[in-house]
Amino acid sequence: MTAEERAAELFARLATGDRRALARAITWVEDGAPEASALMRLAYPRTGRAHVVGITGPPWAGKSTLVDRLAVELRARGQTVAIVAVDPTSPFSGGAILGDRIRMQRTLTDPGVFMRSLAARGHLGGLSPATAEVVGLLDAFGFDVVLVETVGAGQSEVEIMELAHTTCVVVIPGMGDEIQAIKAGILEIGDVFVCNKADRDGADRTVNEIEMMLDLGHMGEPGINRWPSETEGAQASQSADGAAAPDGKASVGARAGDAALRRLDRTGHHSAEELGNVASYLTRAAAHAAARHGTANPGDISWRPPVLKTVAKDGLGVAEVVDRLGEHLTFLKETGRWQARREHDAARRLEELVRERVVRATLARARAVGDFERLVRQVADRQLDPYTAADEILRSHWGG
Amino acid sequence: MEAAPERRIRVLVAKLGLDAHDRGAKVVARAYRDAGFEVIYTGLYQRPEAVAAAAIQEDVDVVAISSLAGAHGVLIPELTRLLREQGVDDVLILAGGIIPEDDVPALLEAGVSRVFGPGSDLNEIIEYTKVNVKR
Amino acid sequence: MAGGERKERFAGVSDRPVKRFYGPDDIAGFDYHRDLGDPGEYPFTRGVYPTMYRGKLWTMRQFAGFGTAEETNARFRYLLEQGQTGLSTAFDMPTLLGYDSDHPYANGEVGKLGVAIDSLEDFEILFEGIPLDKVSTSMTINPPASVMLAMYLVVAEKQGVSWDQVSGTIQNDILKDYIAQKTYIYPPEPSLRLITDTIAFCARHVPRWNTISISGYHIREAGATAAQELAFTLANGMTYVEAAIRAGLDVDEFAPRLSFFFDVHNDFFEEIAKFRAARRIWARVMRERFGAKNPRSWMLRTHAQTAGVSLTAQQPENNIVRVTLQALAAVLGGTQSLHTNSYDEALALPSEDAVRIALRTQQIIAEESGVANVVDPLAGSYYVEYLTGKLEEEAYAYFDQIEAQGGVIAAIEKGWFQQQIADSAYRFQRRVQSGDYKVVGVNAYVDPDEKLNVKILKVNPDVQRRQIERVRRVRETRNQQASAAALAELRRASQASENLMPYIIECVRNYCTVGEICGLWRELWGEYREESVY
Repeated sequence: MTAEERAAELFARLATGDRRALARAITWVEDGAPEASALMRLAYPRTGRAHVVGITGPPWAGKSTLVDRLAVELRARGQTVAIVAVDPTSPFSGGAILGDRIRMQRTLTDPGVFMRSLAARGHLGGLSPATAEVVGLLDAFGFDVVLVETVGAGQSEVEIMELAHTTCVVVIPGMGDEIQAIKAGILEIGDVFVCNKADRDGADRTVNEIEMMLDLGHMGEPGINRWPSETEGAQASQSADGAAAPDGKASVGARAGDAALRRLDRTGHHSAEELGNVASYLTRAAAHAAARHGTANPGDISWRPPVLKTVAKDGLGVAEVVDRLGEHLTFLKETGRWQARREHDAARRLEELVRERVVRATLARARAVGDFERLVRQVADRQLDPYTAADEILRSHWGG
Repeated sequence: MEAAPERRIRVLVAKLGLDAHDRGAKVVARAYRDAGFEVIYTGLYQRPEAVAAAAIQEDVDVVAISSLAGAHGVLIPELTRLLREQGVDDVLILAGGIIPEDDVPALLEAGVSRVFGPGSDLNEIIEYTKVNVKR
Repeated sequence: MAGGERKERFAGVSDRPVKRFYGPDDIAGFDYHRDLGDPGEYPFTRGVYPTMYRGKLWTMRQFAGFGTAEETNARFRYLLEQGQTGLSTAFDMPTLLGYDSDHPYANGEVGKLGVAIDSLEDFEILFEGIPLDKVSTSMTINPPASVMLAMYLVVAEKQGVSWDQVSGTIQNDILKDYIAQKTYIYPPEPSLRLITDTIAFCARHVPRWNTISISGYHIREAGATAAQELAFTLANGMTYVEAAIRAGLDVDEFAPRLSFFFDVHNDFFEEIAKFRAARRIWARVMRERFGAKNPRSWMLRTHAQTAGVSLTAQQPENNIVRVTLQALAAVLGGTQSLHTNSYDEALALPSEDAVRIALRTQQIIAEESGVANVVDPLAGSYYVEYLTGKLEEEAYAYFDQIEAQGGVIAAIEKGWFQQQIADSAYRFQRRVQSGDYKVVGVNAYVDPDEKLNVKILKVNPDVQRRQIERVRRVRETRNQQASAAALAELRRASQASENLMPYIIECVRNYCTVGEICGLWRELWGEYREESVY
């Protein structure tokens, strides 16, 4: 049998609901087996239905415990759930301890739940290269919700945002210097914020800090999600003093004065200057993110992320998280962002694949005749600059 | 550019039943990790159904069962039976811990490839695994 | 090698580097009265009693249990006949975890690692022919400890022995279960409640009972170093003292009945120093930190068991030698009670022959070696006093680390202890793998053609069936109304904040089963899930 034939046979079994076939398909895709691309071609038409939710946050935030509880709650609401948990690979040995499954004890013999642990496999600080494809297979299999859990470190926040429709950021109380920690990357990516272990000291303060930051970035009333129509949004940005963000969203930092900023400070710990700095930073970051990742993600001030408290180990607050995740999905669909996101993802993916192939093919040709190595030496010796060298490769080997 | 995808051997280290001794399982899990394997440890107090489900969903190459409470004669065959019933025939099954010599033949009959007693060399376990993985 | 030595670095099982020799400089500042005191004198470094083994030998207390109550009763009587001076009970996994023998999870496990106990009937058989006013009994049981204690008290009553004559110990140490032994059931809060209930009840009604055996053995067996064993055990002890005080007890009411349980491992002098350091630290903590006034509250009394993990399946007779050296260290360390492992322990539960040799080991040390003729003979040794001080210092450093995390329970929830232990276990294994630590018969002096010729104990396969029949019969033939009423009352009291012991006693009297009582609590309090690290 050829690779295509093997892939077709496995996919046919997967399509009947065979979980062993699903597990094997995931392995092939993860390993980059010869059958992988044929599998993904077969799976693709069946993707695009699942609600992909990313769960990220620092280590020890209790993400796995929360995911376990979310799965139980989703099952109680009649949804089928797939869980993908990504853990880092040891740079020393290439091996990995995939330690999330052990914390998900409640649902693992439930036929409506499927969990797979993945190692990042050399992809520094982030999701494994195959994660998106694994999610695609689970989507194609028919799971209603796919929860993707990863440690928030390095690049992975950005990747999870690109992968997931809804990103849930999990923090814990007492994270130290709140503003610094929060500024360190998570605020820009969260659609739903969860302060877990909320029975500990400092939970309210952490929640307030995040709420405050979100207010600064969103100008909305706390806790209320405003879904203005496109025209409203456009009017708002027109009334700004010329500092509209690239895709037309209003720029808060440029509009709010000191007094307004201080009113938004619930904690009383911060100076107006600090708040102003944060507001401008967030607005710029949000605009940047919106431009890169499509309109379904933060920077989009019409979704004001809720900030929730949970004690995952006791199951407290979990139902509300599921409610809000569902609300976000509804928001995406009703405002056209779901569709826009599909197009954005398609564009990005197509671009990625084309880019990958063009680069691979072009460089392969250049290497095959020794041009690449020759040019590298010339550039290294400063006989040639890299831009000219690149031009030469393209002239000689691109599209040939 | 991404690193090329690579094949890693995936191991499920399992504790079955009420056996609370986890020192060995944890040491073996880390040793496998340091030898380049991807390791999933089930944790304590797992029913055979849960271990079978894990082995299937994680599509592991190896299931390594640690047993120090004397219930190996009942629980390990139950696990191998569940795996067989669900069509799993390409997983290497290993057992370790306190398992009397006399009980080993029955385990081999049930589908265990090798039983490692106390004081087993970790390198031996790892080499055996590398050589005998079925895929 | 440098200076003509065999190795670059000399270190024992805890990986503690050892100098060539120790002298006065290593114990500079040493003060006899402050640091040692005479035996029986604060801070008790030299021993808790003035006469120690000249007054009374340590209790020879071999851990025993397997199969049904009849089989264990026979083993108990055998050991007593052979000169053992106290009983120690091993329960099977279902019993330890509060399941009856007919529970689906008990399948394959009944009677394998200890005796199967489902109801008072099993206890009556277990102690048949054993006078509870003459023999003290230790029971290794944790979440269901109150239930076992209740059964013991009812059996004593039926023998006509009043509760103030009954003596023994329940392990009842849930903190070390979260950390190492892992036979936990319920979350910390209700578990501590059960423990403080037993402490309070016994303080009033069973004065000669040790209500808790604060244990380091399991922590050590899980892979901890000697310093970690010492520190984590004493930190747990302090946590219990705090809990009992919070529950309204006066420290001197219960502290004299706290007891300890340490491992005794291979590094001879380190182990002796560990016992001495333990006594000194505890005495100071009890008097200075907790303000105990009764000198008996300052005394750390301990049981010891030779290290199970040090025994090998290869050339098992070598284990007799290992156990001898370890037992000697425990005696020189001043233990109150001792269990010596049997040489076939790495293969199965002890056979009769093997356990007899283990007992004889203690008896020979006691009668023939002369070490019991003098108290704390190693005092004043530069090395031993240095080590005692060093272990004490290391323990305090660990106490600070634990405090910094918010205390023992917070550290448990973060998996801190478990990580420390897993790391030590892994480091040790690597030392064995590399040959840095030699284990005779395993990575040194190996016999490649070894043929095992040991007759090991086999648990009768019929045990499970017989026990299931028995528990079902007990449930059918007991007074249904009385047992149901007793359980209902226990449920009510468990949801309130009353002391549960009287209600548990009423339940066991009416033949409620271990599974029914523990199952009730599972319903009310839920099950503990550990933050697994490795």
